[in-house]
Amino acid sequence: MRFALSEDQTLLQDSLRRALEQVAPLERVRRFADGAEATAPDVWAGLTELGLPGLLIDEAHGGLELGLLEAALAAEALGAVVAPAPFLGTAVLAPLALKLAGSAGQQAKWLPKLAAGEATAGVAISEPIAGARDGAGVEASGGRLDGTALFVIDAPGADLLVVADRVGGLHLVEAPPGPQPMSTIDATRRLSEVTFRDTMAEPLASGPALERLRDAAWVMLAADTLGAAQTMLDRAVAYAQERRQFGRVIGSFQAVKHLCAEMAAELEPARALVWYAAYAFDHAPDEAPLMAAHAKAHLSEIGRFIARTSTEVHGGVGMTDLLGLHYWFKRIGLNRQLLGGPERVREAAAKAQGLSAV
Amino acid sequence: MDLTLTPELAAFREEVRAFLAAHAEDYAGGAAREPLAWQRLLIEQGYAARTVPREYGGYGAAPDILKGRIIAEAFIAAGAPRGIANQGVSMLVPTLLEVGSEAQKRRWIGPTLRGEVVWCQGYSEPDAGSDLASLKTSAIEDGDDFVISGSKLWTSTAHLAQMMFALIRTEPQAPRHEGISYVLIPMDTPGIEVRPLKTMTGQAEFNEVFFTEVRVPKDQVVGGRGRGWFVANTTLKHERGMLGDPNATEARLNALIELMKTETVDGQRIVDHPVFRDRLMQLQARVFAMKFNGLRTLTDETAGLARLVVKLQGCELNHQLAALAIDALGELGVLYQDGPHLRAKGRWQWNYMFDLGLIIGGGTAQIQKNIIAERGLGLPREPSPAKA
Ligand SMILES: Cc1cc2nc3c(=O)[nH]c(=O)nc-3n(C[C@H](O)[C@H](O)[C@H](O)COP(=O)(O)OP(=O)(O)OC[C@H]3O[C@@H](n4cnc5c(N)ncnc54)[C@H](O)[C@@H]3O)c2cc1C
Repeated sequence: MRFALSEDQTLLQDSLRRALEQVAPLERVRRFADGAEATAPDVWAGLTELGLPGLLIDEAHGGLELGLLEAALAAEALGAVVAPAPFLGTAVLAPLALKLAGSAGQQAKWLPKLAAGEATAGVAISEPIAGARDGAGVEASGGRLDGTALFVIDAPGADLLVVADRVGGLHLVEAPPGPQPMSTIDATRRLSEVTFRDTMAEPLASGPALERLRDAAWVMLAADTLGAAQTMLDRAVAYAQERRQFGRVIGSFQAVKHLCAEMAAELEPARALVWYAAYAFDHAPDEAPLMAAHAKAHLSEIGRFIARTSTEVHGGVGMTDLLGLHYWFKRIGLNRQLLGGPERVREAAAKAQGLSAV
Repeated sequence: MDLTLTPELAAFREEVRAFLAAHAEDYAGGAAREPLAWQRLLIEQGYAARTVPREYGGYGAAPDILKGRIIAEAFIAAGAPRGIANQGVSMLVPTLLEVGSEAQKRRWIGPTLRGEVVWCQGYSEPDAGSDLASLKTSAIEDGDDFVISGSKLWTSTAHLAQMMFALIRTEPQAPRHEGISYVLIPMDTPGIEVRPLKTMTGQAEFNEVFFTEVRVPKDQVVGGRGRGWFVANTTLKHERGMLGDPNATEARLNALIELMKTETVDGQRIVDHPVFRDRLMQLQARVFAMKFNGLRTLTDETAGLARLVVKLQGCELNHQLAALAIDALGELGVLYQDGPHLRAKGRWQWNYMFDLGLIIGGGTAQIQKNIIAERGLGLPREPSPAKA
């Protein structure tokens, strides 16, 4: 037994990091965040060259046929640079939905296009997972959808939508209705509201597919936070070695040292939790719901701690737009709430092991 | 300890409540649009600038802590704004009252209280944050004037202010702490340039301020040349009181309770969710503790430690209240700026970010902890700074 990344996995991580330095440097992120672009096609094109959209898609459909652990490593790398990329919906959740619940025809039609980066897909699964607010929720009947989905992932420009209805059934919507942007703190990703009115939809096979999608999404959000939090820690440590007050570098004050050490002490074990949760999704399905829930909730908590603490180590400049540190702060903040905040997710963790009556 | 109200105080409370009831219209909509008119009314009634002498533009009442408390409580209960609480009102005015010259008091206190003159605080510099005494912006003497050059950083509201109270090195030969003066500088003086700095909230709450040979009469110094460090410490005391103000925190708690009572997920009220309710109750206990701690610091001379913790605990608590509001809102809690599902105009997110800034500003949490440990608990001081 060996609890570590394989050589291939390390290689994947390295090549992704290098590619991201090229296609998604902070200036590019800023341009996306400040501008009105609905998507950043250049970033996605760069990642497509590495095969990222086909990560989870089988080779027969033109993908790399890798597992959720590899997807988690990718999510971590994207979070580390707060990349504006439709990864979660297009590369993870939509292909998984098709794999888990799509017909051979649906798979043959969409997976090759997704793998080649010729199509992108959005995912609307918030209401049955995070709870319904403001009257949102989608009703399905007779191959038609009605209602509103909030916090839809990767909807702008999407050729395809995977939609969960109120009771957890999944549907495929080709030619989806136009998304309304939802303005959130995190300008590095676009969330949308989508309204369905007698919209044609193909049902996906029923079964526990939504629960699997939820688990995968939770692991991905945890991994994204892991990457973002690691960057915030690294930047705090670097700044503590640079900034001088009282005639010495602030990193020589025990108070600052301890802030950095606390961040590291929280984050390092969390890395193993995320890896295991991703591994379990493919290799230990019985444990997957529990591990995914814990990964999501725990990374939400320590992500919040690190986002705040790293900002504090930077003093006033941490608050400003100058360093762009806030992009990471806000990305972590969105990951925390998206598809359920930690309190809600921990209820699922309890339920997954029979510790909850309901 | 005796907290019963005398008949006189009970009558006073009725008076304040009646005033608020009679003016509910004004402050619900009007005060937001006409804060200066509201402020003038409050001063007239003695609900703002209560103990500031009349000749300086205040209400001129004798200090009475219980009456002050009654006013604060009535305003919180009514959800009424307390009038202007900017750095001029909260920091400069008390400083002038303590150490200003008669002419300075007459010139500045009234217009500041009425909100006609807005001030900014020019202390921090690029290399002088926590180590404020290392500040370098300096003045050379020229006849009756000082000529100031250098720069300030993180200056809140400098883009709106007519005046700055600044720490300037006027005695270059003196030891670090004795070479600084507290100077009042009109922001329209030639040679001052203000550059707004955008923060994580998306707005520019503070600025960089550059001084190029800015000429200011020497009589604009408050509290004597070379005494600026000591004058500033007076001000800092007021700043930390303002930043940890338990009344503001209590008002925010009330807003949070309201939010959790009205918001629902899957039709269930958030306050009916045991985990969120428990978090709310934990924070409420801390708010009450800080509120009564505030009463104690006002009336108990021996409460030194209780005073030292206000900034640290108060700012943390504000941040935690915003954090709970965001968590309670869940996905809706990340909405910001605009949109049909946005709650409270995104105020909770704004608070969550800006309050983190206030944990840093006005002396960081780490510096506060050093102060509590050293001055409050008598632990040995941190190794002294190297000579700059
Ligand atoms: C929202 C906001 C508003 C502000 N408004 C104003 C204003 O109006 N006017 C004004 O003059 N200034 C203002 N400031 C500046 C504020 O006072 C400084 O940011 C603060 O004093 C910290 O200084 P710094 O930013 O240079 O951080 P630094 O001093 O560089 O601190 C960086 C880190 O090192 C730590 N550190 C430094 N020294 C020690 C030590 N001895 N022991 C332990 N830890 C230490 C700090 O705690 C912090 O974590 C504002 C700041 C903010 C965030």
